[in-house]
Amino acid sequence: MWDYSEKVQEHFFNPKNAGAVKDANAIGEVGSISCGDALRLTLKVNPESEIIEESGFQTFGCGSAIASSSVLTEIIKGMTLDEALKVTNQDIADHLDGLPPEKMHCSVMGREALQAAVANYRGEEWSDDHEEGALVCKCFAIDAVMIEEMVWANKLRTVEDVTNFTKAGGGCAACHEDIEAILEKVLAEKGEKFDPDAAPIEVAKPKAEKKPLTNLQRIKRIEEVLDSLRPQLMADGGNVELVEVIGNTAYVNMTGACNGCQMSAMTIAGIQQRLMEVLGEFIKVVPASEMAKLVTIGA
Amino acid sequence: MRDIYLDNNATTKVDPQVVDVMLPYFTEQFGNPSSIHRFADGVAKGIKNARQQIQELLGCEHDSEIIFTSCGTESDSTAILSAIKAQPFKKEIITTAVEHPAILNLCEYLEKEGYTIHRLPVDKRGRLNLEAYKAMLSDKVAIVSVMWANNETGTIFPVVEMAEMANAAGVMFHTDAVQAVGKIPMNLKDTKIDMLSLSGHKLHAPKGIGVLYLKRGTRYRPLLRGGHQERGRRAGTENSASIVGLGKACELALQYMEHENTHVKAMRDRLERGIVEQIPHCFITGDLENRLPNTTDIAFEYIEGEAILMLLNKAGIAASSGSACTSGSLEPSHVMRAMGIPYTAAHGTIRFSFSRYNSMADVDQVLKVMPDIAAALRNLSPYWENGAPVANPEQAFAPTYS
Repeated sequence: MWDYSEKVQEHFFNPKNAGAVKDANAIGEVGSISCGDALRLTLKVNPESEIIEESGFQTFGCGSAIASSSVLTEIIKGMTLDEALKVTNQDIADHLDGLPPEKMHCSVMGREALQAAVANYRGEEWSDDHEEGALVCKCFAIDAVMIEEMVWANKLRTVEDVTNFTKAGGGCAACHEDIEAILEKVLAEKGEKFDPDAAPIEVAKPKAEKKPLTNLQRIKRIEEVLDSLRPQLMADGGNVELVEVIGNTAYVNMTGACNGCQMSAMTIAGIQQRLMEVLGEFIKVVPASEMAKLVTIGA
Repeated sequence: MRDIYLDNNATTKVDPQVVDVMLPYFTEQFGNPSSIHRFADGVAKGIKNARQQIQELLGCEHDSEIIFTSCGTESDSTAILSAIKAQPFKKEIITTAVEHPAILNLCEYLEKEGYTIHRLPVDKRGRLNLEAYKAMLSDKVAIVSVMWANNETGTIFPVVEMAEMANAAGVMFHTDAVQAVGKIPMNLKDTKIDMLSLSGHKLHAPKGIGVLYLKRGTRYRPLLRGGHQERGRRAGTENSASIVGLGKACELALQYMEHENTHVKAMRDRLERGIVEQIPHCFITGDLENRLPNTTDIAFEYIEGEAILMLLNKAGIAASSGSACTSGSLEPSHVMRAMGIPYTAAHGTIRFSFSRYNSMADVDQVLKVMPDIAAALRNLSPYWENGAPVANPEQAFAPTYS
C-alpha cells in the first residue's frame, strides 16, 4: 500500500464537497491518461465578484485522486477566479502533507480541472500544455516524456547530462538503465549512437580557482552557482537563498516548494556537489536553521 | 474482528507445520550439506526428503529433475536463458500476452538483444487460440513459455496440450506454474513439459525458495555456475531450512488437493455469486469454466481499484487490484488490457484469492461490506448518477485527457 499521509487518508475516507454543485456555472472535466483517472469539477461562481461560492467534485480514481479533488474544492472555496488560478499542483500536494512521487500527477489533474473550469466559465477553450509519460526517476518524479524532450532540446548525450538538466537519476541511481534506454532511442532517431563514456556536454561554468579563495571571492562564487541552479528549483516552485558563509560552510534557506519538501536533503546534497565542482574546494552546505541552533548553543 | 486475508495469489501464510520442520535447520542441523560432519549429516537427508515430497506433488519421474532456486522469477529466467544459450541459432520465443512480468520483462529485454518474441493474444475471456499458436511453432523457436494458470483471473491454459504440440515441432516447452502448483493436480511424467517453475511462498512455504523442474534429457545451461550444488545445475549453498519447508508444504498441498477443489472452491463460488447478485454493474473476468478453484477477479464498473482496496482494508479485508494506481504503473493490468476489458472496468478490478485458511465467515463478511463500498465510491464517480450509471457514460463525461 502507498505511504499516504494522514491528511490524504482523511480526505479520502471523508471527502469534502463530493458530488456536483447544483446550478454550477463553471465546469472542468479532465483526465490523466497516465492512470485512467478522471475528474469533473463543478463551481458556482458569483458573476459580480467572481468569487467561488460553491465547489464540488466527482472523481473516478484512486485514493490520492479523490483526496486531491476533495482538498482542492476546500482550497478554492471563497477565492476569486484569479486567486484560484494561482493555485499550483504543489499547493494541492502541500495541503495533503505531500504525495508519493508516483501520485503527484493526481495533484496535477486537480490543477488542470480548475483551469478547465475557469476557462469554461469565461467561455474560453482550455487545452492541456503538457504530456505525461512513464515515471522514470522516482526520487525526483521525472517522467520519460520530460527526459526525452530535454535530450532533444539540449542535445544531451550521457546519463550525467540528463541528471544535470532534469535531476532525473540524481538520487538513488536505480533508473540509470532506463535513462540510457531513452538516450539510445533519441540518439538513434537523430542518427547518432549512445556512448556511455562520452564527455558530458559543455556547460558554461566558471573555472575552478587554483589559488585559495578569499571569503569574499568564495561568497561571490557561491552566489553565482546558486543563480545558475535557481531556474531548476524555480521550475519546481522552490528557491534557495544564501544566508551566511562561515569558513567553508554555506548556510542556505530552502524556500517555496523546497521548504519542507521530502527531497530537500537531496537537493542540498546536489547543490553542495555543484559548489565543490565549481569552486574546486570542499564546501559544506547546511540549512540555515542549523546555524540558529549553533548560535544558540554557543551563546 | 479478525482481519481477513484474501490475497493468497500474492503470497500465503507459512503453514505452522512447515515452520516446525524448518526450525531445527537454523540452530541444530545448520551444517553445510556438502560437509562431512554430523552437523551436516541430517541436512542432506532433509533436502533429499524434500525433493521426494516435491516430486510427488508434481508427479515427475525422477527426484533429480527438481532443481532448487531462490524464487519463481529465478526459475523462469533460468529456463528461458538456458534454452537460448543451449540453442544459439534459434532466435524466436513464443509466450503469451498475459504472462507474469518475470517472463514478459525478460522477453522484452531479449527482444532488444535481437530475439523475435511472439506474444499469443487472448480473447475477452482470457483464452488462447491454439491454431494461432500452432502456426507460430517452427524450428526457429528456442522455447515456448506459457503460464499454467493466470495470476489475476485464475484462467488455466491448456499447457499439457500445448507442450505436446511444441514437442511435435521439436520445440522446448516451459511453463510458469507458480499459481497452479498445489491448487490443481499435475502429473508431469505423463506430459511433454520440459521445464516448470514453482514458487514456495504461493503454497504456504516461505518466501525465497523456488524450484525449476527440468525433465531428464532436456538440454540445459545453468544460470549460476560455481559449486557442485544441485548437480552443478544451480550453484550456491542450499537454502536448507526453506527447502525442507517447501518439501513439507508440497506434502500438505497434496493432502489438501481435494479440499482446495471442493471447500476452497465453494467459498470462492459463494463470494463471487453473492457479489454479482448484490452489486449492479460488476462482472467476473477470465474463463469462468476453466479457472483455479481459489481465484476470482471481479470488475466493478465506474470505480477505481485502489480506492476499493483502501476501503476494504479499512474493513479489515485484504485483496488486490489490477488498477494502474496500485502498482504505480501507467496502465491498468496488462491482463485486463489483453482481454479488451474497457478502462472504466479494468481500473476497478479486484482479485479475491482464497486459501485453506479462509472460512465461509470470511465470505459473509466481504458480502456484508462490499455493496456499501461500491455504492460509496460510485457516489463520487462522474460516471454515476442517482444510483445508476449515467446514460451514455462515454458522452456524458468526456474529459480532456492529458
